[in-house]
Amino acid sequence: MGMQFNETQMTEFKRLVARYPEGKQKSALLPALHLAQESFDGWLSTETMDYIANLLSIEPIEVYEVASFYSMYNLKPVGKYVFEVCQTGPCMISGSDNIIDYIKKTLDIKPGETTKDGVFTLKLVECLGACGYAPMMQVGKIYKEHLTKEKVDAIIAEYRQLAASKN
Amino acid sequence: MSEQILFKVTIDNITIEVPAGTTILQAARLVGGQVAPPAMCYYSKLQGSGGKCRTCLVEVSKGSEKDPRPMPKLVASCRTTVMDGMEVKNITSEKVVDARAGVVEFLLLNHPLDCPICDQAGECHLQDLSFEHGKAGTRYEFQRRTFKKHDLGKNIQLHMTRCILCYRCVFTADQLTNKRVHGILDRGDHSEIATHIEKSLDNEFIGNVIDVCPVGALTDKTFRFKNRVWFLKPMDAHRDCPTCAGRVTLWNRGDEVYRVTARKDQWGEIEDTPDGKTGWICNTCRFDKKETSDWIIEGPREISRQSVIAQGHYAGKIGTTKPHETFEAVNGGRQPHLLMDIHDESEVNKPSVHLGQIHGPSHGDTFNNTNKA
Amino acid sequence: MGVKLLLDKANVPGIRTYDVYRREGGYTAVEKALKEMNPETIVEEVKKSGLRGRGGAGFPAGMKWSFIAKPEGVPRHLVCNADESEPGTFKDRYLMEFLPHLLLEGLIIASFALGSNDTYIYIRGEYAWIPDILEEAINEAKANGWLGKNILGTGFDCNIHVQRGAGAYICGEETALIESLEGRRGNPRIKPPFPAIQGLWMRPTVVNNVETLAAVVPIIKMGGDEYAKIGVGKSTGTKLISACGNINKPGVYEIDMTVSVEDFIYSDEYCGGIKGGKQLKACIPGGSSVPILPANLLLKTAKGETRYMNYESLSDGGFATGSMMGSGGFIVLDEDQCIVKNTLTLARFYRHESCGQCSPCREGTGWMEKILMKIEQGKGEMSDIDLLWDIQRKIEGNTICPLGDAASWPVAAAIRHFRDEFEWHVNNPELSQTSNFGLQHYADPIHVPA
Repeated sequence: MGMQFNETQMTEFKRLVARYPEGKQKSALLPALHLAQESFDGWLSTETMDYIANLLSIEPIEVYEVASFYSMYNLKPVGKYVFEVCQTGPCMISGSDNIIDYIKKTLDIKPGETTKDGVFTLKLVECLGACGYAPMMQVGKIYKEHLTKEKVDAIIAEYRQLAASKN
Repeated sequence: MSEQILFKVTIDNITIEVPAGTTILQAARLVGGQVAPPAMCYYSKLQGSGGKCRTCLVEVSKGSEKDPRPMPKLVASCRTTVMDGMEVKNITSEKVVDARAGVVEFLLLNHPLDCPICDQAGECHLQDLSFEHGKAGTRYEFQRRTFKKHDLGKNIQLHMTRCILCYRCVFTADQLTNKRVHGILDRGDHSEIATHIEKSLDNEFIGNVIDVCPVGALTDKTFRFKNRVWFLKPMDAHRDCPTCAGRVTLWNRGDEVYRVTARKDQWGEIEDTPDGKTGWICNTCRFDKKETSDWIIEGPREISRQSVIAQGHYAGKIGTTKPHETFEAVNGGRQPHLLMDIHDESEVNKPSVHLGQIHGPSHGDTFNNTNKA
Repeated sequence: MGVKLLLDKANVPGIRTYDVYRREGGYTAVEKALKEMNPETIVEEVKKSGLRGRGGAGFPAGMKWSFIAKPEGVPRHLVCNADESEPGTFKDRYLMEFLPHLLLEGLIIASFALGSNDTYIYIRGEYAWIPDILEEAINEAKANGWLGKNILGTGFDCNIHVQRGAGAYICGEETALIESLEGRRGNPRIKPPFPAIQGLWMRPTVVNNVETLAAVVPIIKMGGDEYAKIGVGKSTGTKLISACGNINKPGVYEIDMTVSVEDFIYSDEYCGGIKGGKQLKACIPGGSSVPILPANLLLKTAKGETRYMNYESLSDGGFATGSMMGSGGFIVLDEDQCIVKNTLTLARFYRHESCGQCSPCREGTGWMEKILMKIEQGKGEMSDIDLLWDIQRKIEGNTICPLGDAASWPVAAAIRHFRDEFEWHVNNPELSQTSNFGLQHYADPIHVPA
């Protein structure tokens, strides 16, 4: 199955490349991978990475090297919604351990795993720059801050509903 | 050609003049011996290499004649150019010796001690480095890092656990081949050399990654487990190769060619050919020409006397020179002499007594009883 | 109330939009800089202001600008470092989220001063919603003639582009950031050459923190000399502090660097005291990599003088008894916090964020994490504490970039000031799993203002 950007995505891709001087199109690699991840099921398959390499006229290994370096790129399939819970110092002293335990118990998954229905993935991450609003997690583009058990319940319910409505 | 600007630099109290733009490491190599800092990642033939392993750290105790302030931190000598009047301390600096011991420990932390089964043993720069600058034991008590195995094809064997991430093979592929298929994946202590897609490395010049690898991470699959390097006799040889300069070292045992490598200099780097280019060799020469009849043999390869490869074979060139270091020479002219004549001390085995006349067999009790008496 | 130069308009409704920002006096600094000043006088003004880099290193900004090489025919670039990733730091996020035009104003002036026609904002990938805010602001600025071709008829062209990172703390290091901006792994470069000579695409480049660039706006408005009068000594102007941890009012505060640490923690204007009426145990005053200080050394220096929230006072006593201003990430720990556990999470952070390029950092950070985990789990031995000390000592100063130092300092300071807590973990394996060492470090109970 040929993986390709649709017209809107292609326009966006071209806009990204246009930011850089002639011949420096490799600079668009990080934004292009973000776009690809958003466009193709939230993760980067080898096929996707090869496609981007081709678009930017660079060697595939240059894409693999970059994609595997940055923690935001998923090189394996993930659930529809990824809970990325911060566990670094400031969040830890504000009780992130309890939140992580609660999510593990509620969703019955370990960090790095996806729920059987494919809706949620739990990922433990390092500092997301929301230390004043700890404990917190990122879901997609959004930060969920000042987490409590009740808030976690509400977030899970919210995304369950969203997932159901999309099916 | 315009007059070259020369800078005076003092390394470990030895002053030399070098052209501006020379790095501290290159200057130190001109002095030679122990003054030259060890280098695990720097490779003078590979542009952009160096700075990563931190074994070549030195102390700059005087920045230059103009600005004599010392540099606040130890610097990587492979990537720092000399200034006029610079003073550098390598082995004369306690800080350097201490830091280097630390770097060696870090490099060995996750390195498997599988030298007994590693094909690189005997010509491994990490072995040399740890022998010269490291400590006997390890303070690391955790499980060592392991990786998923990757196959790089029929010619090159990858042992990721042994890799010290010097990036030399990446530079080699970038600079010698038109299409790099392997690289550094992942990050931090999980970084690894891989292709991501299990692709074999088959560019005609990719075999050179074996020669630049300072450890046993990339070895010659056609030589794998075939022999130990110190049992082999290295011979310089050449052939008329359409692809490369065809100047190699053959590693023989008897008439059998076990392995072909490029020719390496005293720093372990590939030698230049007479026309001044680096003597990279092609895969055909390296992997396919394994008959002596393929080659015109020039003669024995000169191997450093300190190298284990020289042990048991020869000093200097094979079979041509006798060792200079006789017992007499190293003992300041004294001849060896008997320290003790066992016959003077022992009742047993008197030369005059025939063994058949001894009542026996004797055992511990007899001995102890006799002694107690 | 202290002086406010950056956040003075933060609470004006709609300040995020161009119209409100302009009505409140926005872009007058750009007008002044582009019409009445030239690149040299702008650099001079910034030099006079004494502005120090707000990203963490505190290097004088004007000096950094004056280093930029100007070879004929080679484009130069300004890059805004918005990769805010130092644990405890979230001030740049606040500026970009609520005052995007303030940053743009600073960027236009700095681009003009440095001769950058294409300026890039490199923002950490996790701040995924902020590029939209910035791009909208850029479009507004462009529509109103502050960006694009021939700005204000001066013949100066400038475009600002926003690029997202993708999750790598190391990209906050300026040369790693440049590598990343070029579409590569965030491996810091070996210096020299410095970015001012060969930076982005090997062109002369200046990399400045978000807050540094925003501070250029008041400097141009009021003049460098006036700006330098605010604050004390070499800590001129105002600084944003992002306060977090066990305090009543976490958040971003603008201080004029004459406030004492004690006031900052306990006064209602700032942190509002320790949460739940608990006692202060320790604090990391400038982002996770600076040395942690026990309460007694935090509030007063070793000489017994009041400690203030500025560069000099926070580092008074060196690393033996002081710390650093760093990025302004102020992390407060109360009596219930375990120093060993806290240090462990930071060690894990640095191991996770090490790029893996140079051996001391790649191998040493993981080793420290493993030993800390062992001690934290009550399986440690006394010799492990000394070993930790030796490892951090061998990483510090021996790496390509400052991440090695950043990873070493928290471990060193924790052992330096809280060695008895580490020993308690070793001696009380069971207890350390269920209870806390608390405030046993302090012979005298810590003074808590009513």
